Amino acid sequence: MNLTYLFDPAHWDFSTGSIPQLIVSHLWYVLLALVLGTIIALPVGLFIGHTGRGSFIAINAGNAGRSLPTLGLLMLMVTLLGLGLLPVLIALTVLVIPPILTSAYAGLRTLDHSVVDAARGVGMRPMQVLFRVELPMALPVLMSGFRSAALQVVATATVAASVGLGGLGRLLIDGLAVNDYSRVLAGAIVVAVLAVLLDLILALAQRWIVSPGVRASK
Amino acid sequence: MITYLSNNSEIIWAALRQHIALALIPVVLGFLLALPIGYLGVRFPWLYHPLVNVAGVLYSIPSLALFVFLPVVLGTKILSPLNIVVALTIYTVALLARTVADGLRSVDRLVTESATAMGYRRFRRLIDVELPVALPVILAGLRVATVSNISLVSVGALIGIGGLGQLFTRGFQLFYIQPILVGIILSVLLAGVADLIIVLIQRAVTPWTRFQGGRA
Repeated sequence: MNLTYLFDPAHWDFSTGSIPQLIVSHLWYVLLALVLGTIIALPVGLFIGHTGRGSFIAINAGNAGRSLPTLGLLMLMVTLLGLGLLPVLIALTVLVIPPILTSAYAGLRTLDHSVVDAARGVGMRPMQVLFRVELPMALPVLMSGFRSAALQVVATATVAASVGLGGLGRLLIDGLAVNDYSRVLAGAIVVAVLAVLLDLILALAQRWIVSPGVRASK
Repeated sequence: MITYLSNNSEIIWAALRQHIALALIPVVLGFLLALPIGYLGVRFPWLYHPLVNVAGVLYSIPSLALFVFLPVVLGTKILSPLNIVVALTIYTVALLARTVADGLRSVDRLVTESATAMGYRRFRRLIDVELPVALPVILAGLRVATVSNISLVSVGALIGIGGLGQLFTRGFQLFYIQPILVGIILSVLLAGVADLIIVLIQRAVTPWTRFQGGRA
């Protein structure tokens, strides 16, 4: 285990290719993919979970998404669209959609149905039932789907480097190219630490946004 | 597409065969390793949370990093398929150990207590009662592990051995779309078939689950 690359101060200034700069570009890919994936998957998942229509889509989206090889998708997109942020974003977003869609659906479906009936009974309109009862109560399940999506994207965003883009994959690909295992190890460690930290932050966010009443009943 | 397929059928076949071997050997090895590890997490409850956390961290190591780094740890050659097999076995164990533990924990206490009252010793009870009852949960985890292994193998192409992933890198280098498309389609099909096989196995070995679904 050779940690010289990781702890060399020269790799920690903010110059191009330095570790902090790679962390920033890595997190940028992750953030964009998570936001875009959520914007697409959350409404669809909530719609399917709320109405019960098209549930086969939600159930199969998970497995179909997992089976799509991200590396292949990325290389296909780069070949079609040319090099840039867009192909990376498409490949990573496709990775984010299934867990969020499936967990939004599962969160709503596994709710105690009497709660939904009671909400209707006190006169809530469908949108009120969805946003004031179903969504808050489904949040724990939804957040666990979001967290697993985040974990996956942080690890997978490294493949962006294989088509010549940035992110922490640069340390892996370049380290491999010049047989510098100390650099590869630095990349692996930083990505793993980043994933753990991100999960921790999301766990704290979850405690903050999930209503205490829902938390107590779980 | 058709001409590409017929002109390169041998390369594609070889890639597909390698892909199947690289993805499925780790599934089998990982499953066999995860059973005792997951059981330990149930037998000794204080082990459960460390187990889940370690599995989570292992799973967050990027596959590319693991593929590249294992040769240093194992002393294998960088082009040895063993690196891929070991890396994917680690992921499979990380995923399944937790599922096995969760599955065994979900077994109704009344069931295990009845089994004990009928004279089952701990080990026999585990094999004959708890494991079969936990099987639907465990097999659901096995489906996830199998499908994600099949898609992860292709990342190995970045270090020179990756089954269908080699079609991706080849197409990417030549700026030629056909091999990439063929690789993606075959990879997804392979995952679908493997998934279906596990579903069929599950239906065959846990016939009782079918009736519950039908009545509800």
